[in-house]
Amino acid sequence: MIELFKFFKKKETSKDVAKERLKLVLIHDRSNVSPQFLEMVKSEIIKVIQNYMEIDEDALDIQLTRTNSDDGERIVPALVANIPIKGMKNIGR
Amino acid sequence: MGEVIVITSGKGGVGKTTTTANLGTGIAMQGKKVVLIDTDIGLRNLDVVMGLENRIVYDLVDVIEGQCRLKQALIKDKRYDGLYLLPAPQTRDKNSVAPHQMVTLCNELRQEFDYILIDCPAGIEQGFKNAIAGADRAVVVTTPEVSAVRDADRIIGLLEANEIRNPHLIVNRVRPDMVKRGDMMSIEDIIDILAIGLIGVIPDDENIIISTNRGEPVVSDSKSLAGQAYRNITRRIMGEEVPLMNFNTSDGFLAKMKKLFGIKPA
Ligand SMILES: Nc1ncnc2c1ncn2[C@@H]1O[C@H](COP(=O)(O)OP(=O)(O)O)[C@@H](O)[C@H]1O
Ligand SMILES: [Mg+2]
Repeated sequence: MIELFKFFKKKETSKDVAKERLKLVLIHDRSNVSPQFLEMVKSEIIKVIQNYMEIDEDALDIQLTRTNSDDGERIVPALVANIPIKGMKNIGR
Repeated sequence: MGEVIVITSGKGGVGKTTTTANLGTGIAMQGKKVVLIDTDIGLRNLDVVMGLENRIVYDLVDVIEGQCRLKQALIKDKRYDGLYLLPAPQTRDKNSVAPHQMVTLCNELRQEFDYILIDCPAGIEQGFKNAIAGADRAVVVTTPEVSAVRDADRIIGLLEANEIRNPHLIVNRVRPDMVKRGDMMSIEDIIDILAIGLIGVIPDDENIIISTNRGEPVVSDSKSLAGQAYRNITRRIMGEEVPLMNFNTSDGFLAKMKKLFGIKPA
């Protein structure tokens, strides 16, 4: 059913792709966030999480991207972190 | 007191020089006194687009260094009353001009001219800083491509940081056929993203190349679409209200596009 729906949905035009890509790249440009800044955020996050969990530091990925707002009406910038957990620590449990 | 307007874009090859030449010629055709300054040091182009390349004796840096008087360096366009060019040097370094010197130069020219148009080089370095230093307003030129719009966004931010607020946007090289089939971002798409005021749209038009070949800005060509578009922008720059496209019209697509460029429907 879903596949069928997709089939009938209008094909995404190249200008739609262009617009999407532009919006994404401008979020980075406008936020003035340097790679160094992200590295700093990343190392702080690692420090905090490591108090509670064992994580795979090398696989940790943190990015500035965007997402739908809660009301679903706007697109807002978002900090997305993918942090693979290897195991939990015992403190605090 | 004249007004100083910088024509800028970030990205090269989007139509800054073409726009400067056409708006300058357009303003002169309206009976005002205007001087065009080429600030693209080392890559002088405005002279050939204007068809004035054989008359250059002195240039911008000669004036700034005091090698000649300002009046000696201004090339008068014999075809239009009140149209002058101050060319860029071809063999000097970008750093031979500093922003404060541009401010002084612009202030001197204000006494004499109604409009001072500054053709900005590509990039955001020294040449850009010099070009915007003396400007009251800015016109940002872009094309409907990801890289050009991205650079325009950057430039808008830098203009803001330099207290040149409310820049106006020109979208150049629009291809209505491509917009129609969804293969080119529309004017609405671009304004949506850049969030600045639109002052005009120029179609991609071979007449621009033909007129540039001859050294006669297309604005004087009464029949071409691009010429009409530049005449409309000229009037808007001078404060007149010239309608853009009516977005709610039920006209067919071609009629809409013609309206957008300011051609009266037949
Ligand atoms: N609307 C247009 N239609 C067709 N060709 C154009 C148009 N605008 C600019 N061009 C061409 O594009 C090239 C780059 O334009 P130019 O004004 O020199 O850009 P810039 O000064 O921003 O580098 C030139 O060869 C010019 O003739
Ligand atoms: Mg140029």
